[in-house]
Parts: sequence; C-alpha cells; structure tokens
Amino acid sequence: MPAFLLNRLWQSLVLLVIVSIIGFTVLNLIPGGPLAQFALDPGMTQDDLDRLARQMGLDRPLPVQYLDWAGKMLVGDWGNSFRDGAPVLDVIGRHIFATFLLMGSSTALSIAIGTWIGIRGATHRYSGFDYTATIGAMIALSIPTFWFGLVGIYIFSLKLGWLPAGNMYTIGDGSVLNYLHHLILPSIVLSLVNVAIWSRYMRSATLDVINQDFVKTARAKGLTERRVLMKHVVGNALLPMITLAGMQLPGILGGALVTETVFTWPGMGRLFLDSLGYSDYPVIMGLLMFSAILVILGNLLADIVVALVDPRIRLG
Amino acid sequence: MTTAAVPSAKPYRWWHSRAVRRFCRHKLALTGMAMITLLTLACIIGPHVLPYDMLYIDLRARFSPPMTGDHYLGTDPLGRDIAARLLNAGRISLLVGFSAMLLSTLMGALVGVIAGYRGGLVGAALMRFTDAFLAFPSIFLVLALAALLKPTPEMITIIIALTHWMEVARIVEAEVRSLREREFVQAGRMLGLSSSHIMFREVLPNAMGPIIVAASLTVARAILLEAYVSFLGYGIQPPLPSWGNMLNGAQQYLAQAPWLAIVPGVTITIAVTSFNFIGDGLRDALDVRSDHM
Repeated sequence: MPAFLLNRLWQSLVLLVIVSIIGFTVLNLIPGGPLAQFALDPGMTQDDLDRLARQMGLDRPLPVQYLDWAGKMLVGDWGNSFRDGAPVLDVIGRHIFATFLLMGSSTALSIAIGTWIGIRGATHRYSGFDYTATIGAMIALSIPTFWFGLVGIYIFSLKLGWLPAGNMYTIGDGSVLNYLHHLILPSIVLSLVNVAIWSRYMRSATLDVINQDFVKTARAKGLTERRVLMKHVVGNALLPMITLAGMQLPGILGGALVTETVFTWPGMGRLFLDSLGYSDYPVIMGLLMFSAILVILGNLLADIVVALVDPRIRLG
Repeated sequence: MTTAAVPSAKPYRWWHSRAVRRFCRHKLALTGMAMITLLTLACIIGPHVLPYDMLYIDLRARFSPPMTGDHYLGTDPLGRDIAARLLNAGRISLLVGFSAMLLSTLMGALVGVIAGYRGGLVGAALMRFTDAFLAFPSIFLVLALAALLKPTPEMITIIIALTHWMEVARIVEAEVRSLREREFVQAGRMLGLSSSHIMFREVLPNAMGPIIVAASLTVARAILLEAYVSFLGYGIQPPLPSWGNMLNGAQQYLAQAPWLAIVPGVTITIAVTSFNFIGDGLRDALDVRSDHM
C-alpha cells in the first residue's frame, strides 16, 4: 500500500504544479495582467503604472515571477479581493459552507436514487424499466441545468408556492427547518444530471459483477436473490463508484456553480459570478485554483479510500 | 493463358457497411438524426419564410404569448418575434457547437497522437498537462476566459474547444500507444515513411471509432456550455441572438412571460438530446467500449 499511495501522492503533486502553471498563464491573459486592478483607476498615468510594475516585480522574467507567485500561494498568500480588500482565502472560506451543503445533499440524493435505478436496471435488463431509465438518463443529461432550475422555480415557487425561489435561508430565521426548506429545490435540480450519470455507471458496474462466479456460487448455495444482491453484488459494484465519485467532482462542482447562480445560493459559484461582474481578478483566480486543487485532492482521497476498502489493492 | 474469372466482387459501398446498418437499426439515433436535420433545415430556411425579422421591434406587441397573430412563438420584452430569433439563434448555437467540436477534436487528436507515438518524456508531459486541464471544472474555466477575452462567437468557440480537447487526447493517446509496436507500424518505418505519415495516415484511422463518438457528445456539451455562458451574459452578445442569450432575461420575467424561458429551453434540450442519441447510436454501431454509458 505505501508504494501505491506514495506514487499517487507524487502524481498529485506533479499535477498541482502543472495546474498552477495553467493558472499563472490565465492570470497573465487578463488584459493588463496583474496590474488590471490599478489600470481601472482613472487617475493613473502610464508612468505610475510602470513604476507599480517595477514595484510589483513585473519587469522580471516570467519564470521568476511564476516562482514568486507560486511560493506565495503555497504559504497561503493568495492576494486580496479588489472589492473589499479581504484576503482571497478568507473570502472563499466564507462561501465554502453553502457550496458543500448543496453538493453534499445533492450527492446523497443522487447516490440513493441512482444506485437503486442502476441496480434495478441491471437485474431487470432490457425491461420496460431499463429502457425508460436509459432514455430518461440521456434526456436528463441533455437538459440545461440552469434552465431546469428556472422550470423548477416556475412550477414550485411561482405557481404552487411550495418552495422558496432562492437564497439559503430567510433573513431573521436561522432554523434548521428553514435551511432545509431552501435546500430542497436546488438539491433536486443539481441531482438531475448526477442521478443520470450515477445510475448509468451503477448499471454497468452491477452487470460486470452479476455474472461472475462468486455470485453464481452464492445462488447455488441457495441464498435468496435479495441476499445475493445485498451481500455479494451491491458491495462489489459500489467499489468502482468511489473512484467515479472522485472523477465526477469537477462536474458536480461545475453543476453546483450553475445551480447557485439560478438560486442566488451564497456559495462559491455565486461568488465566482459576482467576482466576474466586478472584475475581481484575485478572487476569480483564487476560485479557479481552489476548485482545481479541490478536484485533485478529491481524486486522491477517492483512491486512498478504494485502497483502504479493497484488499486487492491494500495488500497487492 | 486465360485470365482467371474474377469473382464479381461487389464494389465497396460505405453505406452497406456493418456500422451503417447497425446505426440504422438504432431507433434513438435515427430519431436524433431526424430531429437535428429538421432543426438545421428550419434554422437555414426559417428566417427567410417567417413574417418578421429577428431585429424588428414591435412595441405594441411586447410580451405577446405564443400564437398571437403572426408571432407564432410570441414576442420578447422588446416586442421582437421569438420564432425569428430562435431560428437565427439556432444558426449561431449549432455553428458554435459544431465548430467547437471540430476544433477540440483536432486539438485532442494532435496532442494524443504526439503523446502516444513519441512516448517517453514528451508523452508523459503532454498527458500530465491533459490531466491538469481535466482538474479544472470546465464551466469555471470557460466563464473566466469568456469574461476576460472578447466574447465573439469565434472566441466562444475557441474557448469551449480549449476546455474540451482532453477526452479525445486521452482516447487517441491510449490507442496510439497500443498500436505503436504493431507490425504494420514497423513495416511503415522500414519503408522509410515519415513519422507524421505513420502517425496520421496509418495509426490515427484506427482510433476513428472512439474519436467520432466523443466528437458527437462534444457537440452536445458545447451547445450546453454556450447556452449557459450566454445565459449569464458572458457569451454571445446581443443583438446577435443565441439560444443561451435568449434565456438571459427569462428569469426576470418568469412569472409574467414563462414562454421566454420555455421556448429556447425546450429547443436546447431537443438539440442536445438528439446529439446524445446520435452519440449513443454511433457507440453501438462502431463497437466502442465505453465506461460512460
């Protein structure tokens, strides 16, 4: 196990370095580059800008600038927001909870529903249910998430008045129930695509397991079909799903961003959009890097969990 | 000596091939094909036939619901005909989707072939670069780039392509790496063919199946992404219509004019579903093993 994990850790580190290079390149694509903040000030002359550029070390060779920038990132100095001068990491930190809440509830919902659909599709292969689920998943993957959010708001908020159309809680009412009430619609909207993906993977993973010898043996022993399924099939089919969950992380994160923008959900996605509106480049850059780091860590974590759960990898 | 009777070999016809026959048996894929053909034709012909121009502002008919007078799909907050805008928008959205697919497939194939054929340090570096791009949620990257750069349709196409070449690159790299040591490639080398000839003329065609499937799904994703970015106002800029920017004001008027949201949204869903159906049919027809579906 240590060799395998060390190898994965090393790969993740290499990936982080390349991700930071891409991030640095994007930073320098910004019109005005890192000076953009000051270029917006009408009182700035070209001389002032040149002086600032020298002060900020922008006249140095690019590799030196990169090392400087990456070094600061490493010690947690991600710059300050243009909007309120707060450190970028603090600003992001204030919005993490909302995003994780949404992603968590949606992921739990999609795993529950998707697993059920996937297993049923595999055990009743080519049945009416299976066909409906297959076509349904393809359509679900084709519906724009933000538009599905609009439809949800139209039906459940505007017409039926059951659910709030946005925000994470009613101001002045911080009760758990109030949070939950606001969480329902965005979670369902975000889950649409995730259920579709999860159920397709679960179906094929179950099919991979269901025809293997140990399942036949379990049946031959006279176990009930239900017991075979619960004890022998599901556990083994879920194993590749852990890796999948890690791989799907960028998609879920992106979906959360989309959902947040429609529901004015105060998470990282909303923050990203607001920062775009203000040309708040340090925060935009910060979120870009932060999400990539999150994805790399998520994948690493998934691999570690698989290694811990699967004796073939742990001992092999 | 008489010439041996040549068995009357049927001339090769691509439409008789196994893949085409299997594709034609795939009902969903055929439905998708039919819908995309219809939609494309409507977008090409429609704007010439409809009674209103997409930019004509009919102030007395603002917020007309569908089927009022000649406004078959109603009008928007400025009194412009939605049907005319929808079909003109379709030209742009479909074009962006197709061009982004072509561009990203080209980029992916290029990176994949070079990484797979060269192998070694260059190959490893290219593939780590590919992995790194995959770590960014593509929506974040597309939005950031669209906000930073000038969002013309061309630029949006390039940005979407820039964030979607990775899958093809991975497919091609794996395929090329496994083919690199095969006899026909060694034979090519012995014949003195150039590396680029071997890579692009001999090896790459073997990876065509997975590439085509990935490409058809990329069109679907590109249309969705364009719609989202334009919906937020960072994509295709008005007065040029796109399916996404038609939804731009829809949330604001959701209560009084729901058709503003429904018409473009349903159209996007139909187009994207069709491409996903086609992709599914191609996967079956071309025998592409995929872990995705």
